[in-house]
Amino acid sequence: MIVTLPSSCPDGRTLDAESRVWLTRLRAADRDRAVGELHGLLMGAARHEVNRRSRSLPPGSGVDLDDLARQSADDALLAILRKLDDFRGDSRFTTWAYKFALLEAGVKMRRRAWQDREVALDDDAWLRIADRVGTPDQDAETRELLRAIGVAIETSLTPHQRTVLVAITLDDVPIDVLAERMNTNRGAIYKALHDARRKLRAELAAGGHVR
Amino acid sequence: MTDDRVLIARLLGPSELELSCEACFEEIDRYVEAQLGGDDADLLVPGMAAHLEGCPACREDRDSLAGWLRVA
Repeated sequence: MIVTLPSSCPDGRTLDAESRVWLTRLRAADRDRAVGELHGLLMGAARHEVNRRSRSLPPGSGVDLDDLARQSADDALLAILRKLDDFRGDSRFTTWAYKFALLEAGVKMRRRAWQDREVALDDDAWLRIADRVGTPDQDAETRELLRAIGVAIETSLTPHQRTVLVAITLDDVPIDVLAERMNTNRGAIYKALHDARRKLRAELAAGGHVR
Repeated sequence: MTDDRVLIARLLGPSELELSCEACFEEIDRYVEAQLGGDDADLLVPGMAAHLEGCPACREDRDSLAGWLRVA
């Protein structure tokens, strides 16, 4: 079968030779072999990632790491094939593809690590910041800043913003875990965190605590 | 940095303009390749450094991709 090698992305950017071959093979009618090879690469990345993160799992969790890597590679492959036309050639094709596998593996491992852990979605938990105000080794500036942050959290943030801020910054809940528990996604959770931080900064600036 | 200063930095996040998580994912492959290639990745992708400072999940993803590309 004769195929025409695309020399550039839709926006005219030039592709490196290896990326061009990948795109051509994956767009061909008989792409099964290329898809299989790509899945193999994704499996390698996903296996590496789940093994690297395996220490985050609780002892005796019984997680089948190879199965989790396979699920990650499968999900990544579907996303890549769906978004093939979005590849702009800003990086090598394989680098672009690996990020999907590593994301899937990372999210799955974070969620497994927290599977049996309670996430306290309590917007009053920020009151713990008050407990840190006035510890013996604290300088006056830090003490005042913490006090002002506590006030700003109480007066400026919505309950949802307080919950997200506390879970991520005080309780170290991974964003992807919090997103799952709140039935939303990473981007929405980070947007809430970003908005909360922006409000805090504005309040602190108004009070002369930060520039 | 003291524990209190670390906490304050986490609570307030970066002060600079930053990318969203979605934009970060779009750009992370280009950013990491530039970093590994010794190019000025922060000049290439404005707002990425601030986002990685503020978002622990995307920061981990950056580290994962960079680490994997070093051994792959």
